Amino acid sequence: MLKGRHLLDPTDFSPGELDEIFDFADQIIQTPDQFNHLCDPSILATLFYEPSTRTRFSFEAAMLRLGGKVIGFSEPMSSSVAKGESVADTVRTVACYADIIVMRHPKEGAPRIASQYSPVPVINAGDGGHLHPTQTLTDLLTIRSAKHQLGGLTIGCCGDLKFGRTVHSLIKAASRYPGNKFVLISPAELRVPDYVTADLASKGIAYQEIERLDEVIGNLDVLYMTRVQKERFFNEDDYVRLKDFYILNADKMRLARQDMIVMHPLPRVGEIAYDVDDDPRAYYFKQAKFGMYVRMALISKLLGAC
Amino acid sequence: MLTITSIRNGIVIDHIRAGLGIRMFYQLGLDKAGYSVALIMNATSTRMGRKDIIKIENSVDFDITMLALIDPNVTVNIIEDEHIVRKVKPELPERVENIITCKNPRCITSVEKYIPQIFTLVNRELGQYRCRYCDEIYTVGKD
Ligand SMILES: [Zn+2]
Repeated sequence: MLKGRHLLDPTDFSPGELDEIFDFADQIIQTPDQFNHLCDPSILATLFYEPSTRTRFSFEAAMLRLGGKVIGFSEPMSSSVAKGESVADTVRTVACYADIIVMRHPKEGAPRIASQYSPVPVINAGDGGHLHPTQTLTDLLTIRSAKHQLGGLTIGCCGDLKFGRTVHSLIKAASRYPGNKFVLISPAELRVPDYVTADLASKGIAYQEIERLDEVIGNLDVLYMTRVQKERFFNEDDYVRLKDFYILNADKMRLARQDMIVMHPLPRVGEIAYDVDDDPRAYYFKQAKFGMYVRMALISKLLGAC
Repeated sequence: MLTITSIRNGIVIDHIRAGLGIRMFYQLGLDKAGYSVALIMNATSTRMGRKDIIKIENSVDFDITMLALIDPNVTVNIIEDEHIVRKVKPELPERVENIITCKNPRCITSVEKYIPQIFTLVNRELGQYRCRYCDEIYTVGKD
């Protein structure tokens, strides 16, 4: 039963419950017009304590396409928050007006506080460097749609794996499905934190850490690209020496399998060359669309509208 | 070595890692105690090199699980008539509220002060606790 639940952590829902959301997202993708009045009387509130236009648009578009309405703020300076109101008080007030709350906050754990005070479902739309569960749901739905399964896959994650919370969440969520293997491609100083690999090791899940994308791209079913920012490197020499390893272009795509898919949470800054965009294996813009559909399914399920 | 008279009745907290005694002293509220209390810092120890010791006279009413959060290796000796009648090893509690403070500056508890600081035990051997809100790990005796 998903009605009335909160989504704070991508593993709050069991794989079975996620399948329920993904199955419904598939139905929406097939016949979107059938659902454009599903949430007619409902109001979704977007509380964005820091701006994130992309994520907010995705939630608002999802609600509008379900026939629902949207209220909210997109930066705290324009609201009572600027007067120093606590999260607990803001949420209790907003819950008087809205049926479901989406919160983005620079402080980690803020959506959990919100959920403790809210009588209506709270969705975490990103809390600091901590969690961003609807991005993970987007990623899983994208993989499921392309591969028709979520297990038995070799998933490559490439770029800045140290600070990339989307990658940490994806690894955690995908490691719940049997038979997945992970190939972690990054410079030594930007490897995934130890707790991520310790968690994989404790579950007996195979993983490999490597510096060069071209050496392993031919083994992958899924390639998840992330930004590599210059300022994350310890020195300029390393950056110059390594940066090309983490740029995906048409040359590297020639080494990949015909059925590999390329994903990226967007926005990109140069780690995927434009000559990859027309490749049918490029999924990053479709991924953004799956993001809206999975949010439509999630909102419907939490509201109990279907 | 500095000598301090042995106590008749009370508690001796021994084998405190050098430097942590003062934290226990305040955690137990001994700075406000109305009875005899001694905090010995950097005592020589054959086992530990240096250690801290706390002696409390005429009072045994303490929540010693809290001590384990600061240093899980301490020994608590209960003294009656100048003899040790019981040795207690404090065990780490499963859940602690408002004792550990989250040190993650990005944690919501750093700005919204009405929220209780809640930590749950994730690894007893390593003495690791996790913040309920931001998942920050607190390691007993290290942080
Ligand atoms: Zn915290």
